[in-house]
Amino acid sequence: MADVPHYRLSHLQMLEAEAIHIMREVAAEFERPALMFSGGKDSIVMVRLAEKAFRPAKFPFPLLHVDTGHNFPEAIEFRDQLVEKLGERLIVAHVEDAIKEGIAVEDPGKYPSRNRAQIPTLLNAVEKNRFNALFGGARRDEEKARAKERIFSFRDDFGQWDPKNQRPELWNLYNARHKPGEHIRVFPLSNWTEMDVWQYIALEKIDIPNLYYSHTRRVVTRMGELMPVDDTTFGPRDGEEVKEMVVRFRTVGDMSCTAATQSPASTLEDIVSEVAAARASERGARMDDKTAEAAMEDRKKEGYF
Amino acid sequence: MSTAAIEQDFSSDAYLNMDLLRLLTCGSVDDGKSTLIGRLLYDSKSIFEDQLEAAEQASLSRGDERVNLALLTDGLRAEREQGITIDVAYRYFATPKRKFIIADCPGHVQYTRNMVTGASTANLALILIDARHGVIEQTRRHSFITSLLRIPHLVVCVNKMDLVDYDEAVYDKIRADFEEFAARFEITDVSFIPMSALNGDNVVNRSEHMPWYQGSSLLNHLENVHIAGDRNLIDARFPVQWVVRPQSDEHHDFRAYGGTVASGVLSVGDEVVAQPSGLSSKIKSIHLGETELEKAHPPMSVAIQLEHDIDVSRGDMLSRPGNQPTASQDIEAMIVWMHDEPMVAGKKYTIKHTANTARAMIKDLKYRIDIESLSRVEDATQLGLNEIGRVSLRSTKPLFADPYRQCRATGSFIIIDEASNITVGAGLILDGR
Ligand SMILES: Nc1nc2c(ncn2[C@@H]2O[C@H](COP(=O)(O)OP(=O)(O)O)[C@@H](O)[C@H]2O)c(=O)[nH]1
Repeated sequence: MADVPHYRLSHLQMLEAEAIHIMREVAAEFERPALMFSGGKDSIVMVRLAEKAFRPAKFPFPLLHVDTGHNFPEAIEFRDQLVEKLGERLIVAHVEDAIKEGIAVEDPGKYPSRNRAQIPTLLNAVEKNRFNALFGGARRDEEKARAKERIFSFRDDFGQWDPKNQRPELWNLYNARHKPGEHIRVFPLSNWTEMDVWQYIALEKIDIPNLYYSHTRRVVTRMGELMPVDDTTFGPRDGEEVKEMVVRFRTVGDMSCTAATQSPASTLEDIVSEVAAARASERGARMDDKTAEAAMEDRKKEGYF
Repeated sequence: MSTAAIEQDFSSDAYLNMDLLRLLTCGSVDDGKSTLIGRLLYDSKSIFEDQLEAAEQASLSRGDERVNLALLTDGLRAEREQGITIDVAYRYFATPKRKFIIADCPGHVQYTRNMVTGASTANLALILIDARHGVIEQTRRHSFITSLLRIPHLVVCVNKMDLVDYDEAVYDKIRADFEEFAARFEITDVSFIPMSALNGDNVVNRSEHMPWYQGSSLLNHLENVHIAGDRNLIDARFPVQWVVRPQSDEHHDFRAYGGTVASGVLSVGDEVVAQPSGLSSKIKSIHLGETELEKAHPPMSVAIQLEHDIDVSRGDMLSRPGNQPTASQDIEAMIVWMHDEPMVAGKKYTIKHTANTARAMIKDLKYRIDIESLSRVEDATQLGLNEIGRVSLRSTKPLFADPYRQCRATGSFIIIDEASNITVGAGLILDGR
């Protein structure tokens, strides 16, 4: 992105500049930030932006991953390779451990989702490491409840977000004042759309896990969605018929709740065209969001991203 | 532009090089703001089927006759229940030419603060007027804030034309009324568009119902309005935000100043002076990640290395020896108050200006602006929530500032309450300190 003809910036260059500004601001104003690294494309883009903000120095924060134990093995492998290449510090908080320690509770039922158990696991890691600012890759276009969230989003001692009591955010002046015990979530990609993220990945030639590209995979049809299955915990359930299909993932979350889409898109260009023509939102592929219309809002208040 | 064309063009590389336009919508409750935004998102195919389905279901369960496009944009549950928009929400849509960020601001009297928030980053404002009601008090207020915040472009959307039989005379009257009172404001570029957000007339496509209107549709206007000239490329200003200093042998001598160009153009070889030290040096290199650049301009975030090791840190300002911002502890500003607890003269606050934080005392409230009559109230003693006034402040250390009209980024600051840490006010620096 070196060309600047006529002092014009493309939308991607503007978004990039905004995100770099936000990251530097947090680094300057908070003693102990961390970058929430999920292994998904949004957090990978954040890492790229952190390189632009801080290289050739090291990042002034570690990466933090909440490992639900339900992740795709490919995502974990990718994470470890990236961290090694970056030479940055990674802290992993395991939901499994949090459940053992009684900090988190496994959802009841035969096929528990670990979405809820992630929250106390994360908050515990925040407390233990005394993090006071967490970068998250969430975007405002993802969901209606997010459309009103600030870039600097304050959380109380319990990690809760109060949508009614947000600080006004003007110009590019971010109010970072906080009390002990309070922490903030910071969303440098707030103003990006899914399309912007993909375009940026293409433009910057950023590596992403193969899960995003079309591949052959064993899937079952569950509640109208194509769900991935494997030989471990996430095998087919009673009566489900396993098929091999050419699929990819638009979003990479837990294996237990991330649906695949049938797609031949095997290059970034293919993906960009597919996203342009897509008729279902990316979150539509997350089963956990469908439970209630206000599902996201509820989880956010509790301390989910 | 037809939606089919939008879909097609997206797959081309043109998308990599779109402009970004930030706009703000303002109107009173029920002027049709949500419907208009829903229409723009819908007709530009920025709404996905699952989102549309959710809105359809919600419309059905509310007993609406048709899909309520407004439901596409109503964010939080409390708002859905009350059926009103109560906080700034951001929406995104794109055409092959431009990406748009809409700051959707509620129009109630008590929410000046939201509008100012949305306006602070906007290139353009849409002001909605209900064709049946014409120019009302709220329209004046919104126009005033638009001009105060110096949004360069204004589009007056005369909505609900279907309810006045698409009558040209109604539109002409509203336009004349608006022009008459807007003459008092400094608004450089105003356009008027008659429309029906509900039916889609003149929103994305030109309306067949108003052959008398020769102008472009709203979307067409938004795609083509000239925004390149809005930036200040003359006064070089670089507030230092972060010092990039690798602690490694490989980059032992690397020391760069990270920041966002506030205005002007900075080039390698330029002589620069740092405030507050007054020491000067030359730009040795400009970095964006691993790329080295020849020049940087607003709003790029870059890292600048200087030829000499002069001591520069966060909060300092780099500019050109012959053109520096004023360094002063005395600041004259317009303040928009954003908190229930009023601003009082004599009280100390923290202010944040560029990357600089200082304590400041409100010395004097010169006058308050009565937002109804737009006249000055000279004997005001305090500024309440959503009130605007002219204030003199004194800060504990000099700020390196320009008048807001010259440079938004070095002419603005926020006021923070020291006890609660809440942002309680916004300041716009005036000339003639
Ligand atoms: N007839 C007509 N009704 C409209 C138009 N635009 C909006 N409305 C209706 O006006 C009401 C208020 O619209 P809404 O978008 O919720 O207004 P907001 O409060 O400004 O967001 C709704 O019942 C809309 O259907 C229009 O162009 N023509």
